[in-house]
Parts: sequence; structure tokens; C-alpha cells
Amino acid sequence: MNTQSNPMAESLASAAASSASTSVTRPFYWSVRRELWENRWIYLGPAAVAAVFLLGFLISTIHLPAGMRGMSIDLHHRDAIAAPYDILAGLMMLTTILVNVFYCADALYGERRDHSILFWKSMPVSDLTTVLAKASIPLVIVPLLAWATAVAAQCVMLLLSSTALLARGSSVLPLWTELSFFRMSLLLLYHIVTAHTLWPLPVYCWLLLVSGWARRATLLWAALPAVAIGGLEAIVFRTWHFAALVGTRLIGAAPAIDFGSPDTFPTNPMTHITPFNFLSSPELWFGLALGAAFLAAAVRLRRYQGPI
Amino acid sequence: MTVIEARGLRKAFGTTIALDGIDLRVEEGRILGIIGPNGAGKSTALNAILGLTQYQGDLRVLGRDPWSERDQLMRDVCFIADVAVLPRWMRVSQALDYVAGVHPRFDRAKAESFLARTDIQRSSRIKELSKGMVTQLHLALVMAIDAKLLVLDEPTLGLDILYRKQFYDSLLNDYFDRSRTIVVTTHQVEDVQNVLTDLMFINRGRIVLACSMEEFESRYLEVTVRPEQVAAARALRPVNERQVFGRSILLFDQVGRQQLAALGDVRTPSIADLFVAVMGNHASQPQGVSK
Repeated sequence: MNTQSNPMAESLASAAASSASTSVTRPFYWSVRRELWENRWIYLGPAAVAAVFLLGFLISTIHLPAGMRGMSIDLHHRDAIAAPYDILAGLMMLTTILVNVFYCADALYGERRDHSILFWKSMPVSDLTTVLAKASIPLVIVPLLAWATAVAAQCVMLLLSSTALLARGSSVLPLWTELSFFRMSLLLLYHIVTAHTLWPLPVYCWLLLVSGWARRATLLWAALPAVAIGGLEAIVFRTWHFAALVGTRLIGAAPAIDFGSPDTFPTNPMTHITPFNFLSSPELWFGLALGAAFLAAAVRLRRYQGPI
Repeated sequence: MTVIEARGLRKAFGTTIALDGIDLRVEEGRILGIIGPNGAGKSTALNAILGLTQYQGDLRVLGRDPWSERDQLMRDVCFIADVAVLPRWMRVSQALDYVAGVHPRFDRAKAESFLARTDIQRSSRIKELSKGMVTQLHLALVMAIDAKLLVLDEPTLGLDILYRKQFYDSLLNDYFDRSRTIVVTTHQVEDVQNVLTDLMFINRGRIVLACSMEEFESRYLEVTVRPEQVAAARALRPVNERQVFGRSILLFDQVGRQQLAALGDVRTPSIADLFVAVMGNHASQPQGVSK
């Protein structure tokens, strides 16, 4: 009896475990997909920015012949070659910040305003799953999309430049060696994950929390406490530490991310990446803990919230 | 099996008492209609049952505490709320994909076959559909879920009579069986008179009347009294009297049919008539029952 019941119990247990895991992952997966359905600008925004930039790059490549001779001297200088690539990467970072801020400000507010929260709550999806799915947009999806868009666009740029150089009989070798494309892409990924995801994480989580609480003008409500605290500090202590703190969090200027020299762009191969410095900085972990607390509060809050 | 069991259910918003100690028991296979004036506490009661609002008192829905176990409960409970709640940006096909993705008991083929009987296009966005079509879509989604309890809060508000009739016909013919339970609130009482198995009137957070429809039909009789017998009829203590085209119509509670037949034409009252009578006795200013 025992010998028979054991494998049966095991298979039952494994079936229960697998159904438990699908019952967690499936709602999460579909909750993320529904965010992408609703907010198509999450991927269309970066793509549009990259497309416009590529168009400009194409035009400048075609109109270059006059300066081509001069450029061949410049070709050995990394900064001159990489400038458009760095500009594109910078644009992608800026797009990431804008997309994230506007997404987070609306994430838990829009569903209450349009009453659809009653539909979402009529489905067997927990508030935790919903909030985590929404948080995964600024913390996972947007950074990865921005990185992938940047790399794809840079591939196109590299091909365009190479074609233009080959058409004029010049060598493409300096372009490819100076740019070190693969390393540049990895550095960009590192920079986006550290400076534009982990470092500003508490800011995005704060925006999510306020979007689940405010009845209107979420961005205003999110900014007011920061303005108030900053203003108070300015009056009382005549310092601007708090404003600087919030600002550097948002734009991704982490002191622990070592750029080598202040003028070096993060995708420059000469950049020092110091993951240890970054990961061992107490500010980072304080920020992550604060972000987690904001998210936990947002989960709790969503239970009480209905349409507005 | 008891689907909903509430004891002393209370809910107050500030100083306004929405639910004032309600006791409620709904058995499997019943269709309960909760009727009440605006602000009577119907939606609050339903929200408590659905785990959308906190409450005081004991409440078990399918053996669970709705407030702390909403996501678990929603595997077995469906609801359509009084306002259009399907997200307006969503496409019909996305709504099907989403529910199929998150709901373990959703039968997509069933929903597709319901939709095939309507004019709803898969590629349409919900904001492009008429109000009636949105309700049809929501009903198609909900009826394809193998749930034990369906809660409808003013499901047909703002729909024309054709859609309303179709709505309840589909519900009875394609969805309801003796193992399911439906709780519905509506102001369009005449639509549900022949749908309900149980009736409940609620006013100012309290249950004013609760009975099965068999009980309703055997207890209440309405008589169009012949003018010469009005005095005799009034002696039998009607619960309500009204004048229509100069004739007196009296409503009686638990008075024998034979006795009443001698006074005039006897018939079963409509729920709306009983509602007006009961609310008129309970409130100084009775509110309109149908729109």
C-alpha cells in the first residue's frame, strides 16, 4: 500500500506544485502583456526616437562627401567616431526616464479613473501580482527595450557608415576597431541597469505608490513632498541636499558609478566599470529597500481602492 | 450548499450607515434579486461579498473570507458591475486572450460561440462598441467561466429593452443550472420578475423583506376592487391602496384568494407594485422603483 501510495503522492505533489507555479506565473505574464497592450508607447516611443535619429544619421552620412577627407584623419580618434553612437545612447537613456516617469504616474491611477479596476479585480489575479507586473515595466521591460533599441539602431548606423566608407574605397577597419561595438553594447547595458534602473528605483516606486493613491494630478502629488522638503531645507539650512538627491536619483547620476573622468561617456571602452563599488554603496541598498517599502504600500493600498 | 452566509454585516462610511447589520443566507442554485432604492446599500452589500470593501460582521462566500482572499475567491465568482468596466482601450481579441490567460476556468470556445451570435468584431476596440455590445461581450466572457457564483450589479443599466430581454434570456438558457447561483440587483424590476427564485427588498441598510418567489406569489395578491366593495375590502387591512383610472387597487398580504375574488379581479402583483407598497410603508418619501 505504502509503495503504491508514495509515487502517487509524489506525482500529486508535483502536479500541485506545477499548478501552483503556473497559477503565479501565468497571471503575472498576462498582466505584463496587458500593460504593453495598453501602453504601446513603451516600445513605440524608443523606436520612434531611434528612427528619427537614424534618419538624421542617414542624411548626414549622405551629405558627408565634402568632409570625408578630413574625417579619415579623425577616424583614428575614438570620440569623433563614437559621437553619434553616444548621442543615440544618451537619447535612449532620456527616453527611458521620460517613458518610466509617465508610465508610473498613470499605472495605478488610470485603472481607477476609467473604472476598469473593477474588471481587473473580478479576475483571479492578486494585488501583489498586479503591482509587481506594473513595477516590472519601468524596472525590467523599458530598460531592456531601450537597450535593445539602441543596439539595433547602432547596428544600422555601423552598417550605413561601413557602406558609405566602402563606396568611397576607404577602409572600414579603423571604424570597427575604434568603436569596439560589442564592448560598447555591454557597457550601455551595464549603465542602463545600474544608473537608470537600480539607482532611480525608489523614485519609480514612489511614483507607482502615489499613482495608486492620488485622485487626480498624480505627478503633482508625487512632486509636492519633494518640493516641500527641499524648500524647507533651503529655508532652514540654506542647503539643497535633498533636491540634489532626488535629482541625481532620477537622472541616474550615481556617485558610485565610476566614469573614469567626468567627460567620458559611459559607453566609452575607457570607462571604469566598478560593480563592486556600486553594489557595496549603502545608498544603493537604502534606495532599494525604500523602493520595496513603497511597492509593499502600493500593494496594500490597491486592496482598498476602487473606481474614482 | 450555502454559497453566501452573512451575519450582522455592517458597513459605515463616516457617519452614513450603508449596511446596518444584515443577515443573509443564499443557497446553491438560487437566483436572488436584491431590490432597493438608490443608496439603500445594495452595491455596498455586493462589494462586501466580492471582497472589494471592508466590513464588520461575519461573511463567508463559498467558505472564504472575501476581503482577505479575493484573488482565490475570483476563481469561483464572477461579476458584472453597474458601470461599464471593460477597459476601453482593449480589443475584443485581447479581452479573450487575457481572460483565457489568467482564468483557469475560462472556456474560450464557449465565449467565441456566444460572440458569434452577436455583431461584435474580434478586432474592434471596446470603446468602439455600443453600450449594449459591451454588455454582450462582458456577458460572453463571464458565461464562459465555470463559476459557482455570479454577481450582477445593475447589469442592464442604460440598455434598451431588446438587449435587456436578450441578456436575461441568455443567462437563463445558456448559463444558469441548478449548481450555479446568481445574485442580481436592478431597478428594472419587471425584467427579472420571472427570472428570480428569491426576492429581497433592502432599504437604508436593512432587509425589509426576504422571501422566495413561491412565497411571494402565495402571500401577496392584488385586487382591482369594484367600487361598491371598497369599504369591505378596506376592512381586510390591505398593505397598500392606489387609484388607477378612478378604480381602487388594493394589495393584500396573506388573505385568501377566494375571499378576495368576491371583491373584484384578483391577480399576483408585480414586484414593482409590492416594492412601492413596502417602501411606502417604511419610508416617508417612497422613491421611484423603475426608470
